[in-house]
This record gives sequence, structure tokens and C-alpha cells, in this order.
Amino acid sequence: MIISRQKDKAELLHHLEGKHKLFLVGCAACATACKAGGEEEIFQMQDWLAAHDREVTGSVVIQEACHIMRVARDLRQHRTAVQEADALLVLTCGAGVQSLSANTEKRVIGALDSLFLGNVRRLGQYEEKCSLCGDCILNETAGICPVTNCAKSLLNGPCGGMEDGRCEADRDNDCAWLLIYERLTRQGRQGVFARVVPNKDWGRRHQPGRHRL
Amino acid sequence: MSHFSERLAGGEFVVTAEIAPPKGVALDLALGQADALPAEVVAVNVTDNQSANMRMAPLALAALLRQRGVEPILQMTCRDRNRMALQADLLAAAALGIENLLLLSGDHPRFGDHPQARPVFDLDSVQLLQAVQALMAGRDLAGRALTSAPVFCPGAAVTPEAEPFDLMFQKVQKKAAAGARFFQTQAVFSEEALARFMEHVRPLGVPVVMGVLLLKNARMARFLNEHIPGVRVPSDLINRLALAEDPLREGVEIARGLVATARRHCQGVHLMTLGCEDRISEILC
Repeated sequence: MIISRQKDKAELLHHLEGKHKLFLVGCAACATACKAGGEEEIFQMQDWLAAHDREVTGSVVIQEACHIMRVARDLRQHRTAVQEADALLVLTCGAGVQSLSANTEKRVIGALDSLFLGNVRRLGQYEEKCSLCGDCILNETAGICPVTNCAKSLLNGPCGGMEDGRCEADRDNDCAWLLIYERLTRQGRQGVFARVVPNKDWGRRHQPGRHRL
Repeated sequence: MSHFSERLAGGEFVVTAEIAPPKGVALDLALGQADALPAEVVAVNVTDNQSANMRMAPLALAALLRQRGVEPILQMTCRDRNRMALQADLLAAAALGIENLLLLSGDHPRFGDHPQARPVFDLDSVQLLQAVQALMAGRDLAGRALTSAPVFCPGAAVTPEAEPFDLMFQKVQKKAAAGARFFQTQAVFSEEALARFMEHVRPLGVPVVMGVLLLKNARMARFLNEHIPGVRVPSDLINRLALAEDPLREGVEIARGLVATARRHCQGVHLMTLGCEDRISEILC
């Protein structure tokens, strides 16, 4: 899931300068789970906008705002309210914002910051486990990604900053390499320590990414 | 062949020191420090944006040192440059007659003076060693032929007192496998930890230059314990510094003892005197 959070309200007000009528868009998937852009947040946003002399022409919570065609369909269904608006205020991740901007010539204002691809520990507690790098070595690292969990994305073991198994960049975190080493040891295998891992093929992370099955 | 690598290969006990490039463009202080080094110092490490604090690129200072007859060990970190920039700098270093390298991951920018910088870490220190091997074999990391191959003496850093030992040592082995011709250690204070490390490292056949850090006073020692990973100043040394009438003199005494430890166990000593280069002769005698 994409983890997002609402932008600072002062920053948002700056983006809303000169825009008096707004159409609100939320997302029923990730932004709802993150409590950043679901039904509830759309209502709260409506209240906040009213308190700042803005009129809301309408709103929609799209099933998955990253779904480009679905966004097109939902916008068509709200055509009048969208046309009345000076801008669309979009409470979705950056992917959703771009589905919207691809489907309207109106000004699209993003209300969230997209943070990372997150795993859910419990509601409200998210952890970044995967960086979508396109060149996965999880099979050699006992299922713990060093690209994501090591502050320096090292591939051959811990840096000199490891102290008592803690990370140099954040002493509250375990060194990812310690976790990898301990789990490999428990599994009785050498894994990534059996070879020198050569430089990473960042070319496998195509940007911009496109994929057809 | 550099004097440094020649002496290491010949089994001579080597002494190295360390100089930081300026945060600015005036080089007289750094060059003055280098000129004042005693003859026992065979080569001088030139640090690379040390502790993630931006300074002049070490390549310039290393080249100028070489012109003055002081042999440099160019430090190179993976933090600030991708593989193309690192290889380009390596070729530039070779063109400027720099042979000795110390290849490092680099401290995370979070604690330096540019915490908002995007760290690179396109390669890690093991892969940077591999890049140097490739260049020395006449190829770049993409496998393309160079018009001529550079000659280097690549080294790597090790942290003998790091825990867990076995995990740290896995990487030491990888560094040896990737072509490290020498190891320079983080500052070591415990002879016991050093002896254990040396016992493990000996079969790898890579000479070890032990890091000796001049403790100037008790406050500095406590700061190291709190902020510098892998450095553990024992409390009895801190007490000696705290009680000493002249703490710097006491620090020099401690460093002398550590140099003696290095002579017992290692193939050389790397002195980190942080501006007190004038005390090096005293530390060595």
C-alpha cells in the first residue's frame, strides 16, 4: 500500500490562493487506509474549506484513484460539479493525482504527500519494506531487504557505523545486516555472505516504469 | 609501486598519518601540516568529506602532496558519487600519480553538515574495491576496455572492536576477496579485541595498519564513545586523562602505548592526531 499523509494546512492554503470553488477527490484504497483521503477526511476537509471561505461544488471517493480509466468514468459522472469548480483538490497519493490530471484540464491540487510503499503493522503503523528496485536479492537475505532496510542500501554486509547491532543513521533501529545475519544463521545457511554481491543493476528499475502482462 | 605498498610488501612496519582538506580554498595549513610530518610517516591519508562534512575534494590535496614528495593515501567514499563519478575520479587519481587508496562506504549524511543531501551509495565499499580491480585489469565496470590500465594499492577500513564480531568479519572477508591489499583499522584501544581480530585476519594474508587516535582530554574520549561508531575508549583511560595535570601529554603517553601494541600485533600504525601532528615524533619514540 502507498503510505501518504496530508500536507501541512498552511502549505495547502498557499496552493488554494485564488481558488474559491473546489471539487474534492478521495481514494477508497490506500489513502483511506492511511486516514489521509477517505470519506471521513473528505468531510473534514469540507469543513476546513468552509471555515476558510471556500465553496465545495461536490466530491467523490474513487475506488482506486490510481486506476486511470476509473477516474475518467467517475469524473464524467460528476461533470457538472467538476465544471463549476475552479480546481480539484485531490486527497490521494501522487499516482492518483496524476490519474486526475490526465483526465481534466482543470487545475489539480494535491493535498497529500506520498511517503513510501508500506507494509501494515497495525492500522496507523506502517513500515517500509520494499523499494521497488527491480533487482531483488531477498532470496539470499533471508527475506529481509537490505536495499530498503539498510540506511545506506549496502549489499555486502554492515558498514563501519554498526554499533552493538544498531544502525549508524538511527540508533533506535537494528542494523538490517544484523537481522539478515541472525536469520540466515538460524536457518543454517550462508545466503548473501557466500558471495561478493556485484554492483546493482539499477537499469532494471525503468523510469518511467511501464509494464504489460 | 608506492613506497607505502613496497614497505608493506617487504614486511616493514609502516606509519601513516592523516590530513583533512580545508573547508575553503586556502591550502597552506594542510600543506604545512604535511611538511612538518616526521620522516617515519611513509604515507598520509587524505580524508573525503569526513564525517559527512563538506570540504575540498581530497583529490586536489592528494595531488599537491605528491608534488611535494609526500605520499598520499586517497580516501574515497561511496556516499557522494555514483559508479561513473567514482571510476572517473579513480582514473584522475591515477593520472595524478596517486596509487594508494582507502575505499570506504562513508558516514551517512544525516549527521554531517548537509543532512538534506541525497546520499548515493550506488556502490558499497566491497563493490568499489571490485571497481578498482576491474580498472587495474584494464576494464571499467561496464566491461569496456580502457586505453591503459591504472596501478593502485587499494585498501579498506575495518572495525576490530565492532560487535557482533562474526557479522563484522563476514564483510572483512569480502573485502579481502574483492582485492583489498591492506586494512586500516578504526581507532582501537583494546589489545584483547585487536588480538582476537588479528587471529582471524591473519589467514587472509592482508596486512593490517592499526588506527591510533590521540586522545586530547577526557571530554574528547567521552565524545568518541558517544558519537563515533566502533570506537570504545575504556574507562581507565578516561580516568587517566581526567586526573592528568597535562591531559594532552597523558594522551601522547596513551598513544605511545597503543603504538607499542600495534608493533606487537600489526604490520603498521595509522596515527590520527587531529591537528597535533607536531606530537607524532613523541608518539613514535
